Amino acid sequence: MQAEGHMRFSGLKVLTEGLTGNKGWGPHWRNPEPKPEYDIVLIGGGGHGLATAHYLAKEHGLTNVAVLEKGYLGGGNVGRNTTIVRANYMLPGNSEFYSHSLKLWEGLEEDLNYNVMHSQRGIINLVHSDGQRDAFVRRANSMCGQGDDGAMLDRAGVEKLLPFLDFEQTRFPIYGGLYHKRGGTARHDAVAWGFARSASDRGVDLIQQCEVTGIDVENGVLKGVQTTKGPIRAKKVGMVAAGRSSQVAAMAGMRLPIESHVLQAFVTEGLKPCIDHVITYGMGHFYISQSDKGGLVFGGDLDMYASYASRGNLPLVEHVAEAAMTLMPAIGKAKVLRSWGGVMDMSPDGSFIIDKTDIEGLFVNCGWCYGGFKATPASGHTFAHLLATGTPHPTTVRHRLDRFRTGRGIMDEEATGSQHNLH
Amino acid sequence: MRLRCPICGERDRREFYYQGAAVMLDRPAPDAGEAAWDDYLHLRENPAGDLEELWSHDAGCGAWLKVTRNVSTHEIKSVELVAEGKP
Repeated sequence: MQAEGHMRFSGLKVLTEGLTGNKGWGPHWRNPEPKPEYDIVLIGGGGHGLATAHYLAKEHGLTNVAVLEKGYLGGGNVGRNTTIVRANYMLPGNSEFYSHSLKLWEGLEEDLNYNVMHSQRGIINLVHSDGQRDAFVRRANSMCGQGDDGAMLDRAGVEKLLPFLDFEQTRFPIYGGLYHKRGGTARHDAVAWGFARSASDRGVDLIQQCEVTGIDVENGVLKGVQTTKGPIRAKKVGMVAAGRSSQVAAMAGMRLPIESHVLQAFVTEGLKPCIDHVITYGMGHFYISQSDKGGLVFGGDLDMYASYASRGNLPLVEHVAEAAMTLMPAIGKAKVLRSWGGVMDMSPDGSFIIDKTDIEGLFVNCGWCYGGFKATPASGHTFAHLLATGTPHPTTVRHRLDRFRTGRGIMDEEATGSQHNLH
Repeated sequence: MRLRCPICGERDRREFYYQGAAVMLDRPAPDAGEAAWDDYLHLRENPAGDLEELWSHDAGCGAWLKVTRNVSTHEIKSVELVAEGKP
């Protein structure tokens, strides 16, 4: 099924349209009314929901599927993040998953016929002490061992790539870095749009301005959902609502192991190219990259209190600005254009959940903490696998909902225990 | 955001440490079972409205505070000393 006026992107098409006034482009997806019944309904039209729809259709041939979105497609965290893509974990469970995700990223543009501006510009995690260097050498070896890449840079190696950093800062001199060359960034909105276009083309109904107001369960079996566009029956429902997961699950009588927190990010005015990589400065809770438009995109830690406000408070702004000035004094000349906050679904171990629930036919995808963007393709790919086959994908067998209750299989990202905001 | 500590008065957010939802005050018995402990440690109502939560006035008097705050607007509804709520 093709959307009206829609065709595949190609160099020739771009050239032809450029020469003829760009009058031949059509909408990228259909805008249908909901049908009374679907095989699968996904609650949430963000990156992960749209990716799930794409892979359900492409990998499993399931197209009697609807994505219900209360606002507009890609209007949540996929449109509000700092666009980093990486596979530099060293934690069984997450290592395999993000390795899988990075491989999907590397084929994503061909898969979607969509320019998501995936840029493998490399990520450099800075080293400030001998202990940190030892830990990063181990991590680099672990990344290589899982089939990804990680290399150590000494101080001269970092100076060559990032000459503008202050290497002699009083508190945390820079001794080197862990270089993950296949890491980088992507154009966040385009990722949502690419998945949406592909899913819609394959027959999935993407229904915007359609809020789910109830989840119908009879005798422990999922029957469908109530929405602002009427009731919709469904054989299976996947909840993919990120920061709003708790409100969605509450409609099914569930409480999730999630607290929603605010994470701020910032972008400066557009500047000429100056930062070629993604840089993380763990000692200052700070990271930075430069968008293709030229803005310096950076951020820090959570504000640390629960929030749905999509905005943070000034103490964190000050903290991030201090870290920026310490690491890279030249940034003081740049003007900050915007700051914003995303609603993070923080789990008690810092790792995500993709699992079935105790309600037959109801599935959950949540707990992305502040790392959901890089997961987008694999989250969709593995959630689609679970929804279609009833069994977890090999890279998400550990990401069970009941791991907190049983204590078996906890994947504690920061080794901080069960406090949600410390991950 | 500023919190009005009942002991110290209105203070900057930076003086306070955030622990999480105030359900942490209702600690189950050691032998209450894994469901009760899961509920206590992990599961949260996580409302998009008023939430009772625990803050510690770390850089002030050190008191634990029970704060009712709207987490969608950041409006502080009330601040009480945890110690005063105990029987």
